[in-house]
Parts: sequence; structure tokens; C-alpha cells
Amino acid sequence: MSFLSIDNLTGGYGQMTILNGVNLTLDKGEIGVIVGPNGAGKSTLLKAMFGLVNVTGGSITIEGEDITRLPPDKFASRRIAFVPQEYNIFPTLTVNENLEMGAYSRRDDCSAVMEHIYDIFPPLKDKRHQNAGELSGGQRQMVAVGRALMIEPRLLLLDEPTAGLSPMFMSEIFDRVIAVNRTGVTIVMVEQNAKQALAIASTGFVLASGSNAFTDTGKNLLANPEVAKSFLGG
Amino acid sequence: MAEFVFFLNKAVLSGLIIGSIYALGAIGLTLVFGILRFAHIAHGDVMTVGAFFTLILAGILSSMGFVSPVPLVLVTLIPAMALTAAFSIGLDRIFYKPLRDSGAKPIIIVMASIGVMLMLQGLVRIFAGTGTRNMFFDQPKDIYRIPFFGSSRDLVLTEPQTVLIVFTFAAMIALHLFLTRSRLGKAMRAVSDNADLARITGINIDHVVKATWIIGGGLACAAGGLLSMDVFLKPDLSFNLLLPIFAATIVGGIGQPYGAIAGGFLVGFSETLAIFNWSVLLRPVAHLLPFDLPASIALVPTEYKLTVPFVILIIVLVYRPTGIFKGRVL
Repeated sequence: MSFLSIDNLTGGYGQMTILNGVNLTLDKGEIGVIVGPNGAGKSTLLKAMFGLVNVTGGSITIEGEDITRLPPDKFASRRIAFVPQEYNIFPTLTVNENLEMGAYSRRDDCSAVMEHIYDIFPPLKDKRHQNAGELSGGQRQMVAVGRALMIEPRLLLLDEPTAGLSPMFMSEIFDRVIAVNRTGVTIVMVEQNAKQALAIASTGFVLASGSNAFTDTGKNLLANPEVAKSFLGG
Repeated sequence: MAEFVFFLNKAVLSGLIIGSIYALGAIGLTLVFGILRFAHIAHGDVMTVGAFFTLILAGILSSMGFVSPVPLVLVTLIPAMALTAAFSIGLDRIFYKPLRDSGAKPIIIVMASIGVMLMLQGLVRIFAGTGTRNMFFDQPKDIYRIPFFGSSRDLVLTEPQTVLIVFTFAAMIALHLFLTRSRLGKAMRAVSDNADLARITGINIDHVVKATWIIGGGLACAAGGLLSMDVFLKPDLSFNLLLPIFAATIVGGIGQPYGAIAGGFLVGFSETLAIFNWSVLLRPVAHLLPFDLPASIALVPTEYKLTVPFVILIIVLVYRPTGIFKGRVL
């Protein structure tokens, strides 16, 4: 029984179908990376997992619990966190307040968790009383991921965490993703920078036109000449 | 000296008083906009309803033979605020929430709030008639005369005006502490920043919406109640308030509570300074002036007071469309 299992998922926005039967399974502690061309339905799949897309068929289960069509506000209490690609921070709240809001669904004292997050993202430490909207792109992304980590998630969904970042920040973010994963968090990540992302993936899922094109370990996908030719730009 | 005290009374204290009313109203309006993304046109009538609640509760106390050292309406203002807060939550539940849940566009909810405004005005007239009422039915208003550095004139404040100014400053400090220190207050700012993200973060939007109506409704009741204590209670009390309060909200930056406070006082002081007769201040130096001092030099005649918020609004929208504190664009 796998940790996360998506079975023949179909869905989309309104009448428009984007996902045409996607399968995805992941074991606990793995990093799953979803890559594919624009319009393949990568982000849609991630949003569908978080109840943000109209699911018309198939199922999503996590540790045996069916979470298909669960409303998005019910995920935090199940320790599943989602970091959207854009608008993923509260700009007029301070860094500290952003993290506090991440912990809104928990009632216990989580100052230790917060300190731990500042350890993972040291640049945020000095800026904890600054408004998150005033930070650089890379630091905002750290705030966004930090906010999601406040519930100590079992599963973390990241939608293109490196979008719009310079290459230097990009590898910094990937390093952080690995660091977060080492603390026992299972991660599903959608990425445009497919080569770098697959390099850290336990399992890679190549999507095309809303269904699975290839599924293999990250290493094997990178070595697969067909994948390289069609999806990784040679 | 007497002329200067006249200026303090007519321009500064009056500005502080009307500015407080506008600020209390604008805070509610701006919070509702920040959280629920619609302009609550019926907010002025929530003020009228709150004022009537204050009077009705005082009437009930009085008929029960309750005697108090302070006027009864001042005693019942706080329970009336709670009642108005509950009333506002009720309005939301019955009229606005069903529309929100069905995914209606904000403009549709604005239209609904115009309907609610008309309905409330009708309801108030059905139950209370159209006449003018005195809030101080059990005892007269105290008037405080504060001597000012040996001037022949005194600073003059009435009892409700004093309560209003003190209440407004206390409410602002309380609001600031609530928004920056409490979990729910921070969650309100988070929802105002990014409602979708707040939802997926697991913030309870229902609690935030309730808190918004409690604060907005409570402060609207305080503003309406204290204003009608300062003058009289009329069923159309709110009608002349709605425009300056909207102006204050927009001037301050829509969705910004601190902006609403600043905007409220800005509009209030502008009104009193615009209708102030500056000729009075010049009278002591009249003999030095090269021209005859006219009897009245005011920027705007009193009866055209309502144009002042309009002018401020136009100036702000032309030169700084997002308001003093950067707010959202409508």
C-alpha cells in the first residue's frame, strides 16, 4: 500500500477537461517530480490533489484515506500543505506573521517548529519582522514554503517553486527542498526546470496532454533518450 | 484670544467630532471591503439601526424604573453595539452570504446592499416613524466649559462629544492591538491580503467574516448612537453620512483600516475648515488690512458642506488613486 496513490484521475475547470486519467503513486519520504510541456496539466494535477479543480473521475488516497473532492480548507488539519506558484505569501504581514498563519489550523505551541524553519531558511531569520512583500523573489519563495511547513506536513505540494528565480536562487531552493525532504516530508513538485528537478527526484512523472507519458526514477528518466528528445530539449 | 478659542471650538473640536464619526464608520466599511470585496452601501443604515437600538434599550430600562447617574443612552450604547453586531451578522447570513456562496460577482452584492439599505430605511420608518427624537429623554446633556488661558471664551464640549472622542481613540488603539497581536486579527489581515491563500492555509474564513461584521457593526452603532446623541436621532441620519464615509474610505486607501481612520479625520477637518468663517480670526487685525473685512469669509457655505468630501475624493483619485495608505483600486 503506497503512501500517496492517484488512480485514473480525470478533471478540469468547468466543462474543460484537462486531466485524462492520470496515475501517480509515491512512497513515504519520496520526492515525486512532475514534468512535461506547457499545457500538459502539471499544475492542474497538483491543484486537483488539493481540491482546487473539478474532479470528474478517479480517486486520490493518502495513507488509505480517500481525499478526492475534499474542500481545500480541510487539508491543513490533515497535514497536507500546498504552495501555489504565485500569490503564495501574505505581502502585508511580516515574515513571522506569515509563518504564524501557516500554523492557524493547529492549536498547540509551535514556536519550536518556527525556529526549525528559520534554521532551514537562515536568510529569513534577520527579516522576521519585515513585511513579506518587501523581500526578494527567492526569499518570498522561502516564506511560502516555510508557511506550508508550519503544519509539519506529511505531504507537501510545490507548484514550480523556482519559477522566475535566477539560476543561483534556483539551486538554493532545490537544496532547501532536499533539506525539507530529509526531515521526513513526502514532496510532490511540479517543475519547469526539468533536468535539475529530475536530478533530485525519487520518481519522475512525465505528463503530456493530461495523461502519463513516462514514469520512472528521476535518474532513469534523465538517461532515457526518448524523454530527453521530446521533453527535456535534447 | 477669544477669536482663537472660537476657531478651536468651531474648526478643531468640530473637526475632531465629525472626523471621529467618519472614522468609526469608515473602519467598518473598509474592513468589509478588505475581507468580502464589496462596498457595503447599507453601512450608513446600520448606523441608524444601531442608534435606534441604543434608544430602544434605554427606553426599556427607563420603563423598568431604572435610574442612572449618567444618561441612559450612554449606559445602553455598549449592549446596543453587541446587538448591532449580531444584527450585521444576521444581514450577512440572510442577504450577502447566499450570494457569495453562489459565486455572485461583487457588483451584484453591492446591488443587494443597496436593496438592504432601502429596506432598513423603510423598517426604521415603520417602527419609529419619521420624526426627530431626542436621545436624552431622561436628563439633559451635560455641557463642559473648559477655561482657555484666561480667554473670555471657553472651550465647549458636550457630554456625548467627550464620550465620542474618548471612545474613538480607545477603539483605534483596541483595533490596532487586535489586528497586530491577536491570532484572529492577523488572520483578518491575511484574508484581506490573499483570501485564496488564507483558505488553503486552513484559516477559518467563517470566523474572520464574523469578526469583520462584529467590528464593523459595533463601530457603526457607536458612530450612529453618539452622533444622534450629539444632534438628534432621525431616520435619515445615515443618508448624509454615507458619502463622506465612502470618501474617507477611498481617501485612506480601500481595505486599509489605518487609512480609514486617517481618511475619516481628513474629511472631517476639511469640512469644518471649509465652512469656518475665517473673517472671525482676522477681526483683531482688521485695522491693519488694506481692505474692509467682509462679514464672512468661508470657502464653502455651510449648506454646501457635502461638496467637500466630493472635492477631496476627486483630488485624491486624480493624484493618488490608491489612497493615502496604498489600498486596492475599486
